[in-house]
Amino acid sequence: MNPIVKAITSEYLRNDIPDFKAGDRVTVHYKIKEGNKERIQQFQGDVIQRRNSGVEETFTVRKISNGVGVERIFPTNSPFIDKVEVNRRGKVRRARIFYLRKQIGKAARIKERRG
Amino acid sequence: MEGLIGKKLGMTSIFDADGRKVACTVIEAGPCVITQVKTQEKDGYSAIQMAWGAKKEKNAGAALKGHCAKANTEAKKSFIEFRNPSENEAAAKLGDTFDVSIFEEGQFVDIVGTSKGKGFQGVVKRHGFAGVGEATHGQHNRLRAPGSIGACSFPARVFKGIRMAGQTGNRRVKALNVQVLRIVPEQNLLLVKGSVPGHNGSTVIVER
Repeated sequence: MNPIVKAITSEYLRNDIPDFKAGDRVTVHYKIKEGNKERIQQFQGDVIQRRNSGVEETFTVRKISNGVGVERIFPTNSPFIDKVEVNRRGKVRRARIFYLRKQIGKAARIKERRG
Repeated sequence: MEGLIGKKLGMTSIFDADGRKVACTVIEAGPCVITQVKTQEKDGYSAIQMAWGAKKEKNAGAALKGHCAKANTEAKKSFIEFRNPSENEAAAKLGDTFDVSIFEEGQFVDIVGTSKGKGFQGVVKRHGFAGVGEATHGQHNRLRAPGSIGACSFPARVFKGIRMAGQTGNRRVKALNVQVLRIVPEQNLLLVKGSVPGHNGSTVIVER
């Protein structure tokens, strides 16, 4: 990337987002605007991928809601993200754990990473 | 009409005032020097000529150097003429410079560039034809064909302007009504919404 372009985008980067990767369970506190009101919605689930870099970076969070799998993609540097909490570190062998989509019940669990 | 000459630096995204992620192109535009003022009396039409970007000393001919020296500047790389200048420009004199401050954030501009060359391409890529046949069922070699290009013994010729295969891209393209998202005057940068014709590093003209 052109160094000048990179310098421009660096102004939009957030450094208050904690370090997490695929397999971790996170709670995303997301600001939602309804008319003039703003409220914060929480979305808890497992991170199944982080993609792109710099200002373009996004991450996908998957959870099972009422028996239906729900995935949401968040831009990592979005000003709508109030905060991201890392609840649990997961032990996975790959950076994109899409195989989780095909697994149901007990098989869809992720081992916790310790130490 | 007013404008600037500049260079396309590349694309990225920024977050706008509403917090939405917007794709944008970063353009380094100006400062441009006025190298000639054409008038109705002398040249038969009124226009101003602007120049941008330094040309290497060894590549600059004496004629070019002399022309630029009139405006008290070194030899320039790109030139452009704007006809029927606005009041702002009409007041401009030889050697004056224009920079990105002539634009405002949120304004709509036109951007002229040379589109990326794609070489000699068939009608499917060049004009969006759907091709003729299927890939299977015994068909062969018709998948990306143009189909019929006209009737039979009448008119017994192919009409002009029938879309066919040929050179694609690498021509002058103007992107209309591109919104200016942000201006960085210290670095002569314009951030415009969406894409702009041409490769990164290619010369573009930003018109108001």
